Amino acid sequence: MRLEIEKRVDDLPWWAPAALSVGAVVLAFVVGGIIFKLIGGEPIRVFGFFIRNTFGSWPAFSDTLVKATPLIFTGLACTVAFKMKMWNIGAEGQLFMGAWFASFVVLFPLVSPETSRWIVIPLMMIFGMVGGGIYGFIPGWLKARYNVNEIITTLMLNYVAFEWVNYWIFDQWSDAGFQMSPTFAKNAWLPRLTDYARQFRAFSGITLHLGVIIALIAVVIVWWLLSKSQWGFEVKLIGDNPDAARYSGVHIKRNIILVLMVSGALAGLAGMIEVTGVVHRLQQQISPGYGFTGIIVAWLAKLNPVAVILVSILFGALIIASREIQPAGISQMLQGLILFFIISSEVFTRYKVKLVRNSAAVVGAD
Amino acid sequence: MDPIIILHAGIATGTVLLFACIGAIFNERAGILNLGVEGMMLIGAMAGYSVALSTGSAWVGMIAAFIAGGLLSVAHAVVTIHFQADQVVSGLSLTFLGTGLSTVLGEGLSSQAAPTISDVTIPLLGNIPFIGSVFFENHSPLVYLGYLLIPAAWFYIFRTRPGMTLRAIGEKPEAADVLGISVYRQRYAYVIFGGCMAGLAGGIISLSVSPGWYSVQTTSGQGWIAVGLVIFAQWNPVRAAIGSFLFGALRRGILDLQGPATLFGFDNPLFINANLGFFLKMLPFILIILALVIGSNQARRKRLGAPAALGVPYIRGERGL
Repeated sequence: MRLEIEKRVDDLPWWAPAALSVGAVVLAFVVGGIIFKLIGGEPIRVFGFFIRNTFGSWPAFSDTLVKATPLIFTGLACTVAFKMKMWNIGAEGQLFMGAWFASFVVLFPLVSPETSRWIVIPLMMIFGMVGGGIYGFIPGWLKARYNVNEIITTLMLNYVAFEWVNYWIFDQWSDAGFQMSPTFAKNAWLPRLTDYARQFRAFSGITLHLGVIIALIAVVIVWWLLSKSQWGFEVKLIGDNPDAARYSGVHIKRNIILVLMVSGALAGLAGMIEVTGVVHRLQQQISPGYGFTGIIVAWLAKLNPVAVILVSILFGALIIASREIQPAGISQMLQGLILFFIISSEVFTRYKVKLVRNSAAVVGAD
Repeated sequence: MDPIIILHAGIATGTVLLFACIGAIFNERAGILNLGVEGMMLIGAMAGYSVALSTGSAWVGMIAAFIAGGLLSVAHAVVTIHFQADQVVSGLSLTFLGTGLSTVLGEGLSSQAAPTISDVTIPLLGNIPFIGSVFFENHSPLVYLGYLLIPAAWFYIFRTRPGMTLRAIGEKPEAADVLGISVYRQRYAYVIFGGCMAGLAGGIISLSVSPGWYSVQTTSGQGWIAVGLVIFAQWNPVRAAIGSFLFGALRRGILDLQGPATLFGFDNPLFINANLGFFLKMLPFILIILALVIGSNQARRKRLGAPAALGVPYIRGERGL
């Protein structure tokens, strides 16, 4: 008996991609559990703990959604770029730049603490998108003008963004010597459900904020852009077949810059949402790697903006779990395993893998 | 701001980049891009430190680092060569996996002191003024191994039969296949070799150049810098060496700018306000981007490029492009 791989000619059933994704996640948890067991952990108990603390109650689920919100943005950011095979792995840096630009509005300050929330929040959103967009423009321009590999530039710019934010929170905007900015005035806070606890008792302690609605709107917009607009068609064409795109007159260089700017703007929004919805100040700990996790979210969602929502919720839960479970690397290890199994499973969408008897293989050999 | 100290330190830290970079040159020459260098370095650094602790021998640890990096890269090899998965995404997942795995398995290692490999001076050569003190005095033995690796790798790639095969499978795998070369087997070997070298680079950090296990801070992005240097080096080990050592020296030189109260007769702004140091920390990463711009420009003028089949899975029985 031996393993034979042959090209698939028939189409897979419609449910197969989703089944493969779910299978990859389950397998990752099983393998992760085995590793955890080997180093002396108790995977079953930890898994139960994990479910209780992420989906077990309304406040827990709300926390999961709060973590899922920035992931939806970074997942969308990677989806847009990956559709064109532009490997933007700088969503983390773009998130930090978006957060910095948004914070600039209140810390510089461009607005006073008395300015209406209806002016401050949209202004911060615009600044967040511009910040991330500029930060996406740099690698885009370098790629279009000098053909510099965007994987390396986007990654290097992450480190630059961290140091940039560090300088401002340690120096210019430091809150009495602490490594964080002062807390924003209330007009720069996204409304949270718990703010309405007086009217609705059930909302007490629920940290879910308006950002989740903005994220869902972004999903709809990105979905429309990618599958309904002319631009989305161009992006997919360049991604699938750059030669065909060139011959049909699609402006490739302009689209490289544009797609990375859109991607950066989405990641920048994630940063804006975090500083206005969750921490209400600029600090280093605004992201436990949302930008990097966004890469996995996009891939697990098969670059489908709507699926990004579901995958983000799963990874939001993983981020919550990683705060509680020791050792801390477990969640990152699981993320790596999930991505690995996902890309491995893709072989089944393109090839049939089957066991054949040796005698039959001789007949079929070359 | 002593130039000898800066260059000496540059050689030491540059050696880490050198090993990772030359390893990556081999797997990229074979047509497989592996972005997981950072993850493999971390696994190597962790495994090396851990084994050195338990066996009491830093050299055994170094071998473990070499093997650990290679083992992790097997996953990348299977997924990209046999399953024809996207090499970029697979490499990224290798980084996640390596980072996660090394933090999980390296839990509690940082508090223990493992044996380390001590520095040695080469007799005679070490006595040469300036050159001796920069290149041959008080360096890790791995630094000297690195010196030997540069010409050896260059000779292997450009002047030997297997080296020619290596370049063939990265440029035109279907032609190599016609000549009876097993593209899959060769690619496996070079991907694993690249992983071993990245693991070794990690071991060089944790056991020799800056000993200790500090979780992700052990490598702090050096794996990514090595990946960038491969492009700057135009897949040539000699250029990789120049890039690695220069980069190591620049990194050290930049940090040393913070020390003195006056620079060139002026008050040193970095001494007065230490927070300006954050801008210094950005410089290595900006420099890599600049190096890439220069490298890409040169490559375009000389019509040099990446190996033609880099990143393209080879599927036997299907027509190549």
